[in-house]
Formats: sequence, C-alpha cells, structure tokens
Amino acid sequence: MSIEVRNVDKRFGDFVALDDVSVSIPTGQLTALLGPSGGGKSTLLRIIAGLENADDGTIEIEGVEATHLPPQKRNVGFVFQHYAAFKHMNVAKNVAFGLEIRKRPKADVERRVDELLRLVHLQQFAHRLPAQLSGGQRQRMALARALAVEPTVLLLDEPFGALDAKVRKELRDWLRRLHDEVHVTTVFVTHDQEEALEVADEIVVINDGRIEQVGTPDQLYDEPANDFVMSFLGDVTRLNGVMIRPHDVDVNSTPVDGAVVGTVTRLLRVGFEVRVTVTAEDGHDVAVVLSRAEARGSGLAEGATVWLTPHRGALTVDARPAAGVSA
Amino acid sequence: MARSSRVREPLWVRLILRTVVVTYLVLLVAWPVALVVLNTFQDGFVHMAEALADPVVQNALRLTAVVAVSAVVINLLFGVTISLLLVRYEFPGKRALSAMIDVPLSVSPVVVGLALLLVYGSRTGWFGPALADAGIQMVFATPAMVMATAFVALPLVIREVVPVLEEVGDEQEQAARSLGAGGAQTFWRITLPSIKWAVVYGVVLSLARSLGEFGAVKVVSGNIVGRTQTATLVVEQKYQNFEQTTAYSVAFLLAFASVVCIVVVSILRPKEES
Repeated sequence: MSIEVRNVDKRFGDFVALDDVSVSIPTGQLTALLGPSGGGKSTLLRIIAGLENADDGTIEIEGVEATHLPPQKRNVGFVFQHYAAFKHMNVAKNVAFGLEIRKRPKADVERRVDELLRLVHLQQFAHRLPAQLSGGQRQRMALARALAVEPTVLLLDEPFGALDAKVRKELRDWLRRLHDEVHVTTVFVTHDQEEALEVADEIVVINDGRIEQVGTPDQLYDEPANDFVMSFLGDVTRLNGVMIRPHDVDVNSTPVDGAVVGTVTRLLRVGFEVRVTVTAEDGHDVAVVLSRAEARGSGLAEGATVWLTPHRGALTVDARPAAGVSA
Repeated sequence: MARSSRVREPLWVRLILRTVVVTYLVLLVAWPVALVVLNTFQDGFVHMAEALADPVVQNALRLTAVVAVSAVVINLLFGVTISLLLVRYEFPGKRALSAMIDVPLSVSPVVVGLALLLVYGSRTGWFGPALADAGIQMVFATPAMVMATAFVALPLVIREVVPVLEEVGDEQEQAARSLGAGGAQTFWRITLPSIKWAVVYGVVLSLARSLGEFGAVKVVSGNIVGRTQTATLVVEQKYQNFEQTTAYSVAFLLAFASVVCIVVVSILRPKEES
C-alpha cells in the first residue's frame, strides 16, 4: 500500500472536516476521492501533501512515516484547482522549478523539462508566460511541473474544476492515458461522480468527514454500501420505499401484480432518452428514464395510467441511512 | 464598441467637471510648485550654484540622504516582514497590530517627535540616560532622526504590499513547498517576485515621504545648524533669515527628487503589466 492514512481527525474551529478517517491507497493506481463539497476530501488530500496538519492520526507514504514531515520533504507532486502557476516565470521555468531547487545539473534540467513539455504537449509554448496560456494548458503545465520532481505520489485537487465542460472531458481522457504511461500513484479529488467513474481505478467516497465506501467504480455502482453512495454515484428515485435507478424501472401499460400504480404527469425528451415523471396513487413522484424506442413502443402519453415495477435484477437499496443492499 | 457601451454624460456636464478639476489642481498643486521652480531659476543657475556652494546646505543634503535612505531600508525590511505576518499568519492581537500600523498616518509628526524625546531623551527619557551612559547619543543626532522618519513613513510600504499579498494568495507558495522549496527559497523565488512592484512602489513612496519629513525631525534633531539640519529644516531657516533664493533652491531640489521618484515608477510599471 502506497499511502496509509490512519485515524486522522481534523477540525476547523467547530467544524469537523475529518472524523477518524483511515484509508489505504494502492501503489501505482489512479484513486479518486469523491464526495460533495465540504465533505473533507480536499482536506484529506492536503493533509497527505503536508499542506495541512492533522489534529490526530498518522500518514505514511511508501512506508515512510510522514505525519510530521513538512511538504517539501514528502516528495509529493501537488496540482491545484486554480493551477497555482508561477506567474512571473515562463512555462519551461515553471516546470524546471523543482529540479532547480534540487540543484540538478543544468543540462539534465533542460533535457527533463523538454521531455515533460513533450509529454503534456506544450513544447511549443516553453517560452510563454502562464498568463498567455488557456486554462487547460496551464493545468497541463502544472501537471508537468509536479511530475518533474518524480514524486512518489501525485495529488490533484479538483484538477479540472475550473475548466469548461469540453476541455474537462479532454483532460480527463488525457489524464487516464498519461497515468497508463507514467504509472505514478495518483490521487485526485473530485465532486463529479462521472469523472471518478470514468477515470479512476479505485474510488474513495467521502461525506461529512467520514469514508462511506472504498471500491472500484463497478463495485460502487453495483453494490453501494448505503443510500448515500447510491444516490451520489448516479440518479435515484424512490419506488415502493426502496431506492432504485430511474433506468431500472419498468413501465407497464397493463396491470401487473405488486406494481405501483400511477399516472404519467410529465414526459420530457432529452436527446436519446425520455424522462418520465409518474405520480403514484399515494402522491409521491417516481422518475423513470426510458430510451426513445422503449417510450415509443409502450405508447406513453401524459395522463396515461401505468404500472411500475423494478426491472428484473435491478439494484435497490432501502431508503434508510446505512441500509444493506438487496438485489 | 467599448466607447458606445459606456454611459456618457452630456457635453456641458463633462466640460464643467473638467474645468473644476483642472482649476483645483492648478490652484492647489501646479501653480505653487511652478512658482518654486520660477523663483529658483529667475536668474538662471546663479542661485542654485550659490545654494549648492553653501556648506550648511551641503551638509543638510548629505544628512537628508543618509536619514532618508536609512529610514527607507528599515521600512523595507520591517514593512515586508510585517506584511507577511499580517497576511499569511494568524496570531492573537493581529487586528490590534494592523490598526497600530495606521497610527503614524493619523498622528501629527510633531507628536511623534515629542514621543521619541520622552523615550530616548538623554536626560529625562526612559532609555535615554542609559544609552547616553553607554556613549550612544540618540536625540539631537542622526539615530533619532532616522527613527522619527522611519516612524512617519512606516505604513507606506505595508499598505502597498498587504493588498498585493492578499490578491496573489498563497497557492503559489504552497506549490513551491510541495516542489521541495524551503521557507527562504519560497520567499526569494516566489513571494518576493510576485510582490516586487508593490515593494518598489512602497519604497519610492516612503523615500519621497522621508525626504520631505519636517515636524518629527525638527523636534528630535534640535535643528542645530550645520549638524542636525535636514534639507527641509534648512528651507525653513533660510526662508526666515531672508535668504529666499537659497530656500527656493533647496525646496526645488526636494520637489525634483520626489518627481523623479514618481517618474521612475511610472516608467517601470507599465512594462511589468504588459
């Protein structure tokens, strides 16, 4: 295990940011810390980097006790949401910073900087100032800068949070490919479940200063430990007192045993999918997502009476905190 | 496009506003300063040459330079340190410290001078007698004059640097730390370059202020002709002794030095921002 976090507590005044958090982050993998804003995931990342001190607990990085090491001695690369580019230095100087601090020979520095700029596709911008780069380019520069010192672990704090949707998606794919090339243990913080599911080998779900679940994207999606994880990893709706994904609800136009009876109150086409709101007899709304073909086939229309059942084999979770999984 | 999107006042309003501002500046600043220049050079460089040949003036100019430069160096070191302390660290009494820094701006320099006399006066001051016994004369000598000047100009560096430090934030410093830089390396390579222009501006402002300081210096210097007189004190004395032309010449030199400071800054600054 590359990073061992044991019993870490952190408070800011009265606010409990982390409450007795323990987690192991595996070597060489891409791990996401996923959770809502204010849940403590960034604080955990900053504690691993040494930019914040834990009130209690220990941090171990690649077998080295790091709890009381200052950040410059931990050999971690850190990438900030807002890039933290050194504004008065050009791109090459930014990337060279960590190497110059380590007093590497000039020729080595130049070779390594050139290599990294190629890796992040910025070789033609070496002499630009950060202000002359786009957000995505700045973040790639920040990544190259962090990788330059050959860190034991690479930590990214909401690395794509400040970028627009299209660039974010590109960089996400690029980060995944980069990781497959470089293989450095990487931890990134995100509140975007799609980003975590798409990029990470392993996801740590953090909420309210506690770890809700650790697992691969498939495990988390298919076997959520509780209703929080289930609702955070994708859309959910309530059917008959259980939580279920809207695309796992079957809509029948004829009576079915044990089905929830309701009326279609809203029908919305969004691209390839059709979002249906069904108001059940007890008055609560059930959200259902169908493909366009399914919707057309069942001849759905607003005002129609329908019978809702869970899709066979669909995942449902009792709509209570920390409930078990039934499938 | 930018022009048309801006709200434009009617022509007559703009003309009146412009006239008021220009009149105000001319009456208050431009005309009086111009008169100093005119009076200095009414007979060419004769009066200036006379003034510069006067040993009292020579001594005063030298002393002014020593006092002003010393005060600026002190304010530079303490100003940057206090700014960092105020922006980057949390400690009890921080608000009180921040408020105290503005005291020199609101207290009359004469009061500053008297206060220093109370502490460092060689017969009655708190530390004065002890220092005098040790052979260090503070009051009526250069040390107290430097202190008085440094006191008066103290806020100028800090008030320039603090907002810039706040705006820059500490992410770049954290990034430098994570890349292996220690505290000193981070300061010299990251913090200082990013506040460079605020520091330069603060230094120039406090240099201009230090050159022109009068009240506090007059009280603590004793105004001893040829020994503890700075340029501003010479101006007053020469004027009162009916040596107007010398007074104007020295006054011109003081004004000229300040204008040079401001011009230098305005030449340097735009390059940085492009």
